[in-house]
Amino acid sequence: MAETHSLQDLQQPAVSSKVFVQRDYSSGTLCKFQTKFPSDLESRLDKQQFEETIQTLNNLYAEAEKLCGKSYLEGFLACMTAYTIFLCMETHYEKVLKKIARYIKDQNEKIYAPRGLLLTDPIERGLRVVEITIFEDRSIGSGR
Amino acid sequence: MHLGESMRECEYSQISTRSSTPMETPYKKRTPKKRKWETFPGRNKFYCDGRIMMAKQTGVFYLTLVLILVTCGLFFVFDCPFLALQLTPIIPVIGGALFLFVLGTLLRTSFSDPGVLPRATPDEAADLERQIDVANGSTGYRPPPRTKEIVINGQTVKLKYCFTCKIFRPPRTSHCSLCDNCVERFDHHCPWVGNCVGRRNYRFFYMFILSLSFLTIFIFAFVITHIILSSHQNGFLSALKESPASVLEVVVCFFSVWSIVGLSGFHTYLISSNQTTNEDIKGSWSSKRGKDNYNPYSYGNIFTNCCAALCGPLPPSLIDRRGFVESDAPQLAPPTNGITMYGATHSQQSHMAAATPLLQQQSSEPVILTASPENGTTLPSRASLTLGGPCTSLPLGQPTPPTSTPSLSCHEVTDMLPIHGHTLNHSHPLQEQMAHHHYLTPEEVPSPPGMLPCSSPLGHSHTVQASFYNPASQDSLHEDSVRGLVKLSSV
Repeated sequence: MAETHSLQDLQQPAVSSKVFVQRDYSSGTLCKFQTKFPSDLESRLDKQQFEETIQTLNNLYAEAEKLCGKSYLEGFLACMTAYTIFLCMETHYEKVLKKIARYIKDQNEKIYAPRGLLLTDPIERGLRVVEITIFEDRSIGSGR
Repeated sequence: MHLGESMRECEYSQISTRSSTPMETPYKKRTPKKRKWETFPGRNKFYCDGRIMMAKQTGVFYLTLVLILVTCGLFFVFDCPFLALQLTPIIPVIGGALFLFVLGTLLRTSFSDPGVLPRATPDEAADLERQIDVANGSTGYRPPPRTKEIVINGQTVKLKYCFTCKIFRPPRTSHCSLCDNCVERFDHHCPWVGNCVGRRNYRFFYMFILSLSFLTIFIFAFVITHIILSSHQNGFLSALKESPASVLEVVVCFFSVWSIVGLSGFHTYLISSNQTTNEDIKGSWSSKRGKDNYNPYSYGNIFTNCCAALCGPLPPSLIDRRGFVESDAPQLAPPTNGITMYGATHSQQSHMAAATPLLQQQSSEPVILTASPENGTTLPSRASLTLGGPCTSLPLGQPTPPTSTPSLSCHEVTDMLPIHGHTLNHSHPLQEQMAHHHYLTPEEVPSPPGMLPCSSPLGHSHTVQASFYNPASQDSLHEDSVRGLVKLSSV
């Protein structure tokens, strides 16, 4: 019985609930997520780990949106070429988004998946929320 | 409730064993995959398989294009040969370069995503509703409009809840009633470019009006020069007869110069103070509002503000127009947590990514089916809500829908209506009515459901429920016609 149940779980882990980490607008329109630890995750995850993940994400987004010489140069060149340069070149923001996707995948594999959690890349939610899906814990039991 | 949930989970797992989407590739057996732009809930037009995105009303854009092309064409054909010979051939070269730049920036402004925010997934919306309900307590039918106050750089800013997109709008975001989208850093909806001007295309828009100002002044100046030089040789009247096109050019340029140069100047001011047209018109950061009122987004100096607006990093489009909408099997079951995860293993984020677009697609779907199992303790007339029962008690013209549950049901009712409208077959006259109505009320219109006389779909609820499961078949034309019908009936 337990075997069949875990086999089913491997194929279709049932989702117990979802937690949404909202945006933190205290610094304006920059993409930043709240580091407040959601109570639903208390049983699954360390507060510190969660904060570290969110903080790293915030830093990466800050890097993407940073106003530095490099981004100005890119913008200036784009303007000079009537923005046709973006047909062949990837923007700095897009490069950082790929970095973020790799980081999230890495975090999922190392930290979140073993705890029955799944981080969704915020870009798939329009950078509105970090969605954390909580899967049903096999060890707890089937009925909820 | 728990029993119901576990029962439902069993049902879902049965469905999922049948299809087990990511394991095999059943897509090939099913209907061809649709791209996300085809099921986009906003009122936009897409071309080139989702690469080009414009507003619904594009007539004025074509006028802009024609004006520019005709005026420049006439200039190159009638004036440039004379000027190149008499003065210097650099004139047509510069003119040509300016013309190409103007055209490029115009097309870029018109065709790009202005910074549309995708609508909330049903799970997100439900989560927000729950949080708001917890905050409000159990209130009656009319809670106060949903706002959240935050402090940005010392300034208090109110974030409003968008009933259409089901999100709290980020700062500087506004809902465009013409396009029915929330747009980040919303400046204004420009009919001349046939699109909203927002975060992602503001710089193109500014470059367009700036270069157009130069082009207009350039053509105006050199056409006058041509006429003067020509009249020195042959007399004024014969000069005009020789080149009648010049007269047309002068007239067009004369009237354009005032408006375009004025607009460029205005936007230069806005950029240097890091404001949007929307904020300026409302006087959001005006010192007249209060002594301590200041713009929290400004970087403090004009140079940084300009650089940030024009040369800052360009954020990518958040709506993924050309991505594929995932499997339609989950449409058979309500978009609850269980179904959205089926087939996704916990380590495969890509599967999660595959499953999630479905949620986005489903966001315009009625949420009743999710809400009812979770909120078994809400209104006892839950079932009757689908029939539009309590909705009939809503006064017309109410700006915001009432409590969360009836608002959900009103959304359901709206979603029923397109089908209803489909059967009614109302089309163009209503569309025009609706379009006209929109031009008259440019300010944000909360989702129409709140103003609906919800009694109309009474008889259709049962038959209609079956048609929910094909969001892709909801013709935007029919949806518009229904909105028009709704607006007429509410007027």
